[in-house]
Amino acid sequence: MASSHTGRGVALLSPAMLVMVATLAAPLLALIVMSFWTQQGFTIDRSFTLANYWKLIEPGPGVSWMGIHFPLSYPIPAILLLKSLVMSLVATIVVIGVAYPMAYFLAFRVTRNKAMWIILLTIPFWTSYLLRVFSWKIVLGYNGAINSGLMAAGIIDKPLEFLLYNPLAVMITLAHSWIAFAVLPIYVSLEKIDRSLLEAASDLGDSRWKRFRRITLPLSMPGTITATLLVFIPTVGDYVTPSLVGGTGGTMIGSLVQQLFLKQDNAPLGAAVSLVTLLIIAVLVVIFLWAIGYRRIRSRVNG
Amino acid sequence: MSRRFDLLTVYAVVFVIFLYGPMLLMPLFSLNQANFATFPIEGLTLKHYGEMAQNTSMITALKNSLLLGIGVSVTATALGLPAAMAFTRHRVPGSAGLLSFIMLPLVVPSIVLGVALLVILLRVLGVPLSLWTVAAGHLMLCIPFGMTVLMSRLEGFDRSLEEASGDLGATRWSTFRRITLPLAMPGVISSLLLCFIISFDEFVISFFLTGTQNTLPVFLYSQLRFPNRLPGTLALGTLILLGSAILVILAEVLRRRGTPSSNPGEL
Repeated sequence: MASSHTGRGVALLSPAMLVMVATLAAPLLALIVMSFWTQQGFTIDRSFTLANYWKLIEPGPGVSWMGIHFPLSYPIPAILLLKSLVMSLVATIVVIGVAYPMAYFLAFRVTRNKAMWIILLTIPFWTSYLLRVFSWKIVLGYNGAINSGLMAAGIIDKPLEFLLYNPLAVMITLAHSWIAFAVLPIYVSLEKIDRSLLEAASDLGDSRWKRFRRITLPLSMPGTITATLLVFIPTVGDYVTPSLVGGTGGTMIGSLVQQLFLKQDNAPLGAAVSLVTLLIIAVLVVIFLWAIGYRRIRSRVNG
Repeated sequence: MSRRFDLLTVYAVVFVIFLYGPMLLMPLFSLNQANFATFPIEGLTLKHYGEMAQNTSMITALKNSLLLGIGVSVTATALGLPAAMAFTRHRVPGSAGLLSFIMLPLVVPSIVLGVALLVILLRVLGVPLSLWTVAAGHLMLCIPFGMTVLMSRLEGFDRSLEEASGDLGATRWSTFRRITLPLAMPGVISSLLLCFIISFDEFVISFFLTGTQNTLPVFLYSQLRFPNRLPGTLALGTLILLGSAILVILAEVLRRRGTPSSNPGEL
């Protein structure tokens, strides 16, 4: 009986699994294999080599960027990767800081029409990412809403050029695009908190702030951590935002991957850059979870 | 009490305005008489919408995207429903690992997914890029989303109904057709709608995998580089935003209708 039960489960799962293996596992495997090949002019040399990975760390005269010296012969990937990580990190911190009070409001203050508020926060996440990013170009552009608005109001004579095409514009746009997405996991965590704990804390004489710091905040950590990762991981590799509002100063690692694959025609090097990016993100996530003691937090919340 | 309440409510309202503000500029400027997205608004007109409707490459891209969205959402849901049943109703060896693998597209940056598919299609299999290759990418992206919705729906209703049906002598197929499927229907419909939206709005994977046949977002992206085509682009963007918003509201309302309210934390 048990084995036929298992058999049925496997049978039901196999079609979806086959598709996922063909469209996800096989391509990722191919990407890994490709990263050990090399591009020779128009053809690809299929002999195994670590040349692409070596190219990313090969020592050389290097350049300085933002006061940091990169002693590499091909420093662009290293610089862009560091820059992407820092920009994503800043955007993620802003997102969590802004999303947390909203989630708190949703969990503790909204009593009627809760579904309406949630839908209101969900809509932006599901509507075209491309258009949401583009709308920031309309806001910040040379002829954009802020510039033309300020000029029409007579506050400035000519458009402010520093608004668009820089890392700040990219970070603002990234933060705005992901903010609604971060509210939901935090809200779920807050909603699960046993209200009697909060009452007990108040009855025992905790001030509002102390109660928040000692009960609400620690118990909402799992959702906050999920939100942090859900925002940080995809934004590091984002391509749309830097390409639309980043200009030359706001490029990120995704822009380099796109160039290596479609413009410079060096797919093997592009594959290596993509994989190193994924690997570094994964390592950072593991370090982050270890540093904040994720296991301890989870076991505490789950009783 | 009331003062604090007010402060947080004000914050929430400002938050929503900030969330929607930039997006609402698009419909506003699309109605502007002038050819620039600038203040002051010179007068209202629908002419940009008319111009857009006559753009044949836009119409072709729209047709491609609709076809793709319908095909992908139906296929992803048809594959996702049995898979969701396998995880919620049956024993699957190594289910935790398999589930994490299926959910990978939710966390891996889509540019990596896009180039990985590009590598295997072009360099390994030698398949020319077309709408079919875009469909493969979208399917990979939609299956995990569809399964998440379907699994939470299947976990939400009483299993004893299915067991009772079996005990009363119904075959497995008729139990599925007469009990499981009707009860799972809200999940099925919201999976269809969400997968359609994902496919219809997806840009990065389409950008890498599309051949000569554009999808609507790829067409839109190509238009963004030409300032003189801005008004038409804004009109098109407005219609896309409007359409997606309606579909999302529909999907959410349907999904909520089926979920027991005793479980408010579940999204």
